Order: sequence, then C-alpha cells, then structure tokens
Amino acid sequence: MEFWIIQSLNGLSFGALLFLLASGLSLIFGVMNIVNVAHGSYFMIGGYLGYSVFLRTGSFVIACLAAAVAVAMIGIAMHFFLLRRYSTHFPQVLMTMGFALIFRDLTLVIWGGDPLSLATPAVLQGSFHIGPITYPIYRSFVILIAIAVAIGLWAFNEKTSLGAKLRATVDDNQMATGIGINVPMVSSLMFGLGAFLAGFGGVVGAPILGIFAGIDFDILPLAFVVVIVGGMGSLKGAAVGSILVGVVDTLGKALVPDLSYFTLFLPMAIVLAIKPTGLFGRA
Amino acid sequence: MARAANFKNKALLFIGVSVLLVLAAQVLSTYWLSILTLVLIFGILAMSLDILMGYTGLPSFGHSAFFGVAAYTVAILSTRYGVGFWGCVGGAFLLSTAVAAIFGLLVAHTKGVYFLMITLALSMVVWGLAFRWVGMTSGDNGISGIPRPDLGEAVSMGDDVNFYYFVLAVYIAVFLLIYLFLRSPFGQSLKGIRESESRMKNLGYNTWLHKYLSYVVAGMFSGISGILWAYYNGFVSPSDVEITASFEAFLMVILGGPGTLVGPALGAGIIIFLQNFLSAFTERWLIVIGTIYILTILYLPHGIMALNIRGLKFNKTKTLSNDQTSGGTS
Repeated sequence: MEFWIIQSLNGLSFGALLFLLASGLSLIFGVMNIVNVAHGSYFMIGGYLGYSVFLRTGSFVIACLAAAVAVAMIGIAMHFFLLRRYSTHFPQVLMTMGFALIFRDLTLVIWGGDPLSLATPAVLQGSFHIGPITYPIYRSFVILIAIAVAIGLWAFNEKTSLGAKLRATVDDNQMATGIGINVPMVSSLMFGLGAFLAGFGGVVGAPILGIFAGIDFDILPLAFVVVIVGGMGSLKGAAVGSILVGVVDTLGKALVPDLSYFTLFLPMAIVLAIKPTGLFGRA
Repeated sequence: MARAANFKNKALLFIGVSVLLVLAAQVLSTYWLSILTLVLIFGILAMSLDILMGYTGLPSFGHSAFFGVAAYTVAILSTRYGVGFWGCVGGAFLLSTAVAAIFGLLVAHTKGVYFLMITLALSMVVWGLAFRWVGMTSGDNGISGIPRPDLGEAVSMGDDVNFYYFVLAVYIAVFLLIYLFLRSPFGQSLKGIRESESRMKNLGYNTWLHKYLSYVVAGMFSGISGILWAYYNGFVSPSDVEITASFEAFLMVILGGPGTLVGPALGAGIIIFLQNFLSAFTERWLIVIGTIYILTILYLPHGIMALNIRGLKFNKTKTLSNDQTSGGTS
C-alpha cells in the first residue's frame, strides 16, 4: 500500500513538471497550429541556466526567474525573427526541429557533457511523515507550484482581456485578425509564455531529474503524449494528461523498469482508439 | 511527347547512374567505398520515408523505429541465437513490417501535427526498449559482433567490394520497387490523398486504408535499410533509434526534395558525405545539421530537386507547400 501511495505521489510530482512543459506546448499549438519541437530544449536550457545563475547568486528563486525569463527571450526571438515569416505551418515545425538540434549541441559546448545537479533549496529539504508514509517536501512543493501555475493560467485565460484575445485567436485565427486582434503579437507572446513555463520547469525539475544533455529529447515525447492524450490546445487536457502520463510513467518505471516506455504507449493507444482528438480536444 | 521524352531521359539517367555505381567499386579506395555503401543504405531509408512524407503527405518523425527494429533483430538473432543470414533477414523483415502494421493502426487516421507527434512518441517506445530492455538489447552498450552476411563460399561478404555490390543490388531493387509502387494506381491515389484527402474520400477511396498501407510499406523498406545497416556496421546501439536519427532521415528528404525519389537519395548522399567529411574537423555535428535544416527551410524550401536542372524536371508538384499541419484527425 505504501508503495502505491508513494509511487503515485512521485507520479504526481513528475506530472506537475510535465504540466509546466505541456501547457506551453499545447497553448502554442492552440494559437499557432504548430508543434514546437524545441520545447524540450527550453526545459533543458532552463535547467542549465538555472544552475549557472544559482552558482553565482546562491538563490533558487532568482535562478528560477532568471532562467525562465532568459528562455522566454529565446522563444520570443525565435518566433519574432524566423517563425513569424511563414504563413504555412510545416516550415515552422521544421525550423524548431533545427533549433532543437542546435540547442542540444550548444549546451554540450557551454556546460560540457557531465550531468549536473542542483541542490534542493534549504527550506524545502527533508521529508514529512503522515502515518507510515514519508515523502520529500520538495516534491510536494513542485505539485503545489504546478497547481498555482494551472490556476494562474486559467485566470489569465478566462479573466483577462489578453486571455480573451488568446481564446479568440485559438477559435478562429482569421476572424480574430478581422476584428483587430494583433495575432502575430499574441502568437509571439504565447511563444514567450510557453518558453517561460518550460524554462521555469527546467529549473524546478532540476533537483529531481538532474540536468543533462539529452533530457530535451527524453522529456519532449512525454510532453507530446500528454497533449495527444489530453487534446491539443486545451489547458484542461494538459492538466489531466500530465497527471495521467506522470503517474503511469512513474508506476511503469517502478514496476517493469525494462519495459517502462511501453507502459506509456498503452494509455495513449487506448485514448487514441476511443477519442482520436484526445480527451478534451476538439475535432 | 514531352512526357515520353522525359521518361526516356529519366531511364537513361537511371541506367547511367547504375553503371557508374557499379564501376565505382573498381575505382574508389576502401574508405570512399565504405562511405558510398553507407550513402546507399541511408538512401533506402530516406526514399522509404519519402513514400510517407512526399507522396502521402504524412510527415513522420519516427521513421528510424523500423530501421532500428530490423537492425536489432538481425543483431540479436545472429549474435545470441546463431541464426544464419536468411533467417536473420527474414526475421528482421517480418518483425519490422509487423511493428509498422501495429503502429499504423494508431497513426493512419491522423494527419499533420498529430501524425508527427504520435510517430515521434511511438519511436520513443522503440528507443525505450533498446535502452532499457537490457536483458534483450544490452541497453546502452549495444550489441556488437554481428557477422557479415554469409551467402556461401563463393562470395565472401567480408570483402568490402563484394558487400558493396550486395548493398547496391538491394538498393537498385528497392529503388525500382518503390518507383513502380508510386507509379501504380495505388501510388497515384496516395498523391491524391496528399493533395486533398476529403476529395479522395468523396471519390469513394478508403483513404484510411491507403494511408495505412502506405505507412506499412514505408516501414517495410525502412526495415530493409536497417538490415543492411546492421550488417554494414556490425554493431547496433540505442543511438540508431534516437530521435536525432529520425530527424536526420527527415532532413535527407527535405534537403533533397520531398515528392521525388531521386531527391531523398541525393539528400542522403549529401548528409552522409558531410558527416564523414566534417567529422575530421569538428564534433559539433548536431549544430551543423541543425543549421542545414534552418538554411534549407529558408532558401531551399522544396529541396534540391525543385531546382530545374537542364530541363530534367523531376518535381512537377510542389509538395509541403500546402498547409498540411493544420487540422486534427480526418
């Protein structure tokens, strides 16, 4: 029983990290109709930058914010200078693929090939005990962060005028342009926000997952599975999908380590068979 | 008339290139011959991907999966169970095609970005098995010591020239098979689906079935290149099925020109040549191909074959210019 509870909690905290990544991926898709293949790279770069900032400042909070802002800048620059120039989507996807490869190699050049680790902030070290269950405080903290981000995104989406413009753009791109919404600006902003969340997730996830070249393409397919399962462009879908994928992946790794990727394949196959657009996706 | 002349030109070019490739074995040094062998092997991979990308309009990000399944099957059967050449080839061929048939059930009803993401996720399953299923695949260490194919005493495949001829024979056969496949009414229906799936549906075509078969056939040919790769390299490892491997195959097609058969073969040649040439100067191969990606999209969006070379026009339709990534499932 303890095993199941602890592994499920671990799954939840991993799902929380996935949500930070997948919500941005899903939003970018919703607005621009493209898949950002460099999204896992944002997560990786966030981790590395957070590590470097933490070395200099010694502050975990500054590391999180600085890395997230820097990655957001990279995302906005990519969109503003290159992706924006294309009216069709396929070249944009391919371009993000080129960037993903370049980012992988650049981090190797800058930070070297050895895996790095970021210490858990002192306040959040240790574990708490409820009955027979011992659970690290930091992992609970990550879950809380993701919940806060989810609420923030929901409020932004539903309650602000920018959020309304965003929803309009998702619903009907051309009509949104027609009524005077600056769609390229909204797209750039979404790209930046998605990159911000991914970079932020990279730092927050570093004490749990570590920082290494290769985590970009390790985590990207998981984020893909999240949006495939949850449905593209849906925040709710990203949240539900993240929990599902996080828990299934963690349980799979604990129960059948040899075939762990296979266990992910199963829920995806089932969802695709029943609802090809994902749980909350629209056709 | 122009069409017939064009066909004659193409046939002449094909025979000419084939003869040149046969003669190459007598002229080239061992080093260049081994690179040319590699070009042919990855040419098959790129052409098989082009069946999906260029002709059916389905951009697959996980095409190395079948390549990897076939290569691993050859490796495991030959080193662990001592299975002979034909047994390995048959087993690898069947298994990679079977995996394509299973994956196809999951992907054939999707298109655009969905197709792209699901194929990538599925290829990660294969990578995960190669990496984690240590008991079967030796994990990160990979499997070494795959013997060269044994076709009896007379032709020793240990000889690089003989092995090159072997690969070349397979290459020419695969090239002609894919060519005939694409020119068949079935191949034409794939082009129809690429241009407008809804219209094909209204014409009464079972577009799901056509896309599914296209996927399986592409996976089958990808498996053939995987078999050759295992024998060429004598070693397989999870890096053969990594995402970057699928991206490289993708670049070969994009660079050469999707929707042409010669383009991807050419793209494979350029990428393999660059890889070997540049490895002497730099280890930053990913930066190089990432940059080629971006430059190709910027300046050569329809690939090399879209350039009109001496009236030999290969690419009659502009592919991938239409918005294929929008929309969800069909």
